[in-house]
Amino acid sequence: MRIDHKYILEMIEPNSRVLDLGCGDGELLSLVMKEKNCRAAGIEIDEKAIYKCVERGVTVSHGDIDSGLADYSDKRFDYVILNESLQEVLDPEKVITEALRVGKKAIVGIPNFCNLNARLQIFFLGRVPVTESLPYKWYNTPNLRFLSIKDFRDFCAERSISVERECAIAGQKEILFAHNLLSDIAIFLIHK
Amino acid sequence: MPTQYVETQYFTFGHPPNELVLKSGIKLGPITLAYETYGQLNADKSNAILIFHALTGDANAAGWHKDAKAPGWWDEMIGPGRAFDTDKYFIICANCIGGCKGSTGPSSVNPATGKPYGLSFPVITIEDMVISQKYLIDHLGIKKLLAASGGSMGGLMALEWSVRFPDTLESAILIATNYKHTAQQIALHEVARQAIMSDPNWNKGDYYGKELPAQGMSVSRMIAHITYMSERSMEEKFGRKLQDKEKVGYDFSHDFEVESYLKYRGASFVQRFDANSYLYLSKALDYFDLSEGTDLVGAFKNLKTKFLIVTFTSDWLYPSYQSKDIVKAMKANDIDVSFIEIETSYGHDSFLVEIEGQSKMVSHFLNNVAKKVIK
Repeated sequence: MRIDHKYILEMIEPNSRVLDLGCGDGELLSLVMKEKNCRAAGIEIDEKAIYKCVERGVTVSHGDIDSGLADYSDKRFDYVILNESLQEVLDPEKVITEALRVGKKAIVGIPNFCNLNARLQIFFLGRVPVTESLPYKWYNTPNLRFLSIKDFRDFCAERSISVERECAIAGQKEILFAHNLLSDIAIFLIHK
Repeated sequence: MPTQYVETQYFTFGHPPNELVLKSGIKLGPITLAYETYGQLNADKSNAILIFHALTGDANAAGWHKDAKAPGWWDEMIGPGRAFDTDKYFIICANCIGGCKGSTGPSSVNPATGKPYGLSFPVITIEDMVISQKYLIDHLGIKKLLAASGGSMGGLMALEWSVRFPDTLESAILIATNYKHTAQQIALHEVARQAIMSDPNWNKGDYYGKELPAQGMSVSRMIAHITYMSERSMEEKFGRKLQDKEKVGYDFSHDFEVESYLKYRGASFVQRFDANSYLYLSKALDYFDLSEGTDLVGAFKNLKTKFLIVTFTSDWLYPSYQSKDIVKAMKANDIDVSFIEIETSYGHDSFLVEIEGQSKMVSHFLNNVAKKVIK
């Protein structure tokens, strides 16, 4: 199991209702359904990924995250997942607001743009960093937003969004200190 | 070439005084439905799938008739190992009422007069077409269908079935369809109808045994055919290629391949379809509005059916946004609905010719539905 999926699963109570924004090929949702007995649905933009979702028995809608949330009523889901997708949306602020409207809680996984490796590359190489969690060059990255763990904490604090849990991951394990410096990715469990 | 042939069967119901009361209030009966089945119905009758055809389709959805030049209209989707897998499922397809392929329609003989109905045939609706097929499913002893599916008009019928008989359906697969005919769709149909009705041979629908309204039929089919393709698919297929000549003739004979293709399509339609059926069925489509003018969300209240909705990027006759409205209204009702917009250039015809993506979606979707239902 992917390490980020493992920690996301841990944040989800059994028998919940889950929406995954940018659910990809449905790998995480099919785990959520099997391991946590949740009712799950996804939104995904890539046609090929949709076929995989349906093969896995995952309910999925073809569409983009920026407009996909408007279809749902308030607090319809217990959790709305945005794993590795927030940095690709046009209007992250609106998406988070909407995610916390349709979901009681949101689980947000972000790549950390300011970990030590990235900082060293900028400082010593003078180039935009390429890391394990940010493997793209400037000209082919799907990422529209670059943020650090601290940036996301600030974002939440400014909007009175509570961070219930912050899980920082480096390589294949959770790290317990200096999140912003050491982690590749972080997963936040948040609510309004 | 096929190793075995399929045959059309017939089921008749609604003998007086038990005629079917149509949405218009008029009674119709007796009614005959032409239908075909493929695969085996299992012991607890839980593996049946009802397929609805499009406007000019028929009961021969799959397999070959003896001496036929082509297999059924959805043969690539229905058969052993195909999307609608006849090794697992029992597939039923019936010609709708109002049609001309064996089911009761305007070209059928009215038992009361001994003559073809013609325009004395009552106006029918999508609802009437669906209700009549419920009699067939009851006749076959099937309490709950594993799925209902169809493209275009067939999709409308599957949608109507899902709200009219919600307890008789595990799932529905709606392809290249919508929930109400829009002004543009009605307008295109009206042009096609006017083409038929302005042919003097149409003779107010009384042409059976006489000269057919061939010219009007042909023009109506040419118009319809354009709406089934996309600008790109026509460009790819025909471009500006000339037909049987090196340079344009500067006259009004056929220069371009696309012209002779449409004329060929129009002419062959005259042979295979009834002009009055075209009028009745196109009108049934135009009358359809599941939302009854206002509330689509309300129409889906309390539905437990699982839905798969498929559209195609180049379909401008039944554009994706119309299906997205259905998806949205279903989500508002907490209905389990999956949606995909498949990238193709074939236009509305995609549901007949884009097999790869549709097959993947349909077979996986049915697999997951069947897992929970079929023991």
